[in-house]
Amino acid sequence: MYEIAEKIELSHGVYIFKIKAPGIARKRKAGQFVMIRTDEHGERVPFTIMDPCNDDGTITILVQEVGKSTSILCGMNKGDFILDAVGPLGHPTHIEKYGTVVCVGGGIGTAPVLPIAKAMKAGGNKIVSIIGARTHGLVILEKEMGEVSDELHVTTDDGSYGHHGFVTEVLQKFLDEGVQIDLVLAVGPLPMMRAVCDVTKPFKVHTLVSLNPIMVDGTGMCGACRVTVGDKTRFVCVDGPEFDGHEVDFDEIIKRNRTYFKEEKRAMEELTYHEGPRCYEEG
Amino acid sequence: MDPKDKKKKLSPTKMAMPEQPAAERVHNFYEVPMGYTPEMAMEEAKRCIQCKKPLCVGGCPVNIDIPWFIKYIAEGKFLEAAHKLKETNGLPAVCGRVCPQEDQCEKVCIIGKKGDPVSIGRLERFAADFEREHGEVAVPVIPTSTGKKIAVVGAGPAGLTVAGDMIKKGHKVTVFEALHAPGGVLVYGIPEFRLPKKIVEAEVDYLKRMGVDLQLNAVIGKFETIDEIFADGYEAVFVATGAGAPKLMNIPGENLVGVYSANEYLTRVNLMKAYQFPDYDTPVLLGRRMVVIGAGNTAMDAARTALRLGPEEVTIVYRRSREEMPARAEEIHHGEEEGLKFQLLTNPVRFIGDRDGKLTAIECVQMELGEPDESGRRRPVAIAGSEFTIECDVAIISVGNDVNPLIPHSTPDMRITKWGTIIIDQDTGRTNKRGVFAGGDIVRGGATVILAMGDGRRAANSMHEFLETGEW
Repeated sequence: MYEIAEKIELSHGVYIFKIKAPGIARKRKAGQFVMIRTDEHGERVPFTIMDPCNDDGTITILVQEVGKSTSILCGMNKGDFILDAVGPLGHPTHIEKYGTVVCVGGGIGTAPVLPIAKAMKAGGNKIVSIIGARTHGLVILEKEMGEVSDELHVTTDDGSYGHHGFVTEVLQKFLDEGVQIDLVLAVGPLPMMRAVCDVTKPFKVHTLVSLNPIMVDGTGMCGACRVTVGDKTRFVCVDGPEFDGHEVDFDEIIKRNRTYFKEEKRAMEELTYHEGPRCYEEG
Repeated sequence: MDPKDKKKKLSPTKMAMPEQPAAERVHNFYEVPMGYTPEMAMEEAKRCIQCKKPLCVGGCPVNIDIPWFIKYIAEGKFLEAAHKLKETNGLPAVCGRVCPQEDQCEKVCIIGKKGDPVSIGRLERFAADFEREHGEVAVPVIPTSTGKKIAVVGAGPAGLTVAGDMIKKGHKVTVFEALHAPGGVLVYGIPEFRLPKKIVEAEVDYLKRMGVDLQLNAVIGKFETIDEIFADGYEAVFVATGAGAPKLMNIPGENLVGVYSANEYLTRVNLMKAYQFPDYDTPVLLGRRMVVIGAGNTAMDAARTALRLGPEEVTIVYRRSREEMPARAEEIHHGEEEGLKFQLLTNPVRFIGDRDGKLTAIECVQMELGEPDESGRRRPVAIAGSEFTIECDVAIISVGNDVNPLIPHSTPDMRITKWGTIIIDQDTGRTNKRGVFAGGDIVRGGATVILAMGDGRRAANSMHEFLETGEW
């Protein structure tokens, strides 16, 4: 059992959870994830670890209410217990001195970008960050990203804040102007990561993306998270989660992530009939 | 045995075990064979002629004293029978159900030469179930602590065997399990209708009552390395992480929506209980026409699981012929009774999908059998120009497993084969790394529950010796 030490609402339906998991906090490196199962009936869902705090043995994850499992988690509060937390899983981000690293975060994808930007900064790189959201109210972690970045650019789709447009437009401008970029790291919705790769490919700028497929065990046992990278099938949980974005078959992973569209809808409908929070004794 | 009984003519046929009718069981996940009644068990036990030199014991990978426990059953001493079993087998209720007895103890049974062999597996199951159901599972007296602690990595059949053996020798035992439930393949792989999960829980509970410390959600190789386990004061480690990485086929379209590995399909349904969706949150695709590729026990488990989720049809596609199917005859027979179809001498060459990336068909090729290959089975050869398609919306690939790379990768000083299996000394289970033993599928690359348990037994004995002498 893993206690929720803190819960903070970042924007509508988006929460930061600090969870007591000293064993995971002690080992975790930037880029790794945990599998969370809230209760006996729950799914195993992967979340990137944003930040560990070794002083109090907690890990931080960001959760957006999108389906049944995330809604159940978001309904939990400080002092509640999560049944299972497994990790740290996946390979850590490879950190070295590249030069200038552009960190791109789309929507809640900014959360997993933050620890990587921090590690890259500590590794002696210049950090240029571009974070975007649909509208001003959905821009998250601006202050934290500002603190680790040498330059921070914010974009909103509706122009309510920062640059009016997409993160890719800012990146495109840098590349067109001939700014020296040694590595681009992008995390966000799959179409956004694909768009970033489309922008960097003609300039041959090495681009890493962190993939978020459907997983079951998260330890290489089932292959639910498989994705084609450079014509080879790879398991995101043990081979990733970061891959060379120019090699990833985005079309395939986007389709695979829609596998349970119908079932997810049905599960959400079921949940709305549910009275009160689900607890462990049930069933 | 009563001399009167000896004179009675032995029945050439074994006592049948009651089963749920096929038409009924295909709609539920309850166990298929329902077990012997005490009367049936006693009658079957009396078919054992109590050989002076019993071949069955040698046929058993953990050398259970088979005639002795059967004698107890014949005499109606069911609890004694269970205790006798547990002297050599920590998981009799499991083995009575999933062991391939027809290739082991029952294969060499002397009365099997003229009729059916004694139903050793069914009797084993009966004794273990009787003990559990009567709430009389006695915890053995644990010797005074040796003050030494050992770690087991992986709570599957091999790991649980080592845990049980070592705690009975007086050592402190911690079992690290990566998943949220103990049992390994017994909980994620083998379906409820073949091995009810409450039986696995009872066996694990028995170990806990003896004092075994179980740490779930602990992925060794990530959460902690083997060297860190030693640094925490453990004096020996048994690695039994299994062969839990699915083999795929490397043919086009393999990542289409609707193509599963058997591991994923079974894990969703068994471990995550997707058959109770949406009460349980994990979904699984309910196909209309489903295909399972492969014909081993895992393929049968996947196919019979699929049948219970209400599709129009489930077909096994296998590249060799019926004689070469590796699954147990009993599983194939049960599958057929439940309506499973077979498309033999057929090999998939490509998965075909629609615009949404969803599986719609499999292109296959007809095969014929050529000369025997290294496995001794006739090698299947494609017949040129024989391509045809099978319409289906869910396909489950069950063509074997590779080993999980997490431990070998995080323990670079441990010797492994080119397939990633750990190299051990066969007699002792020792790896090349001091204090580290291994067994089960991480060594064998994919075998049976009982062979994994046999590995555990041998490793536990040699681990005990190592702790006593300190010699490596």
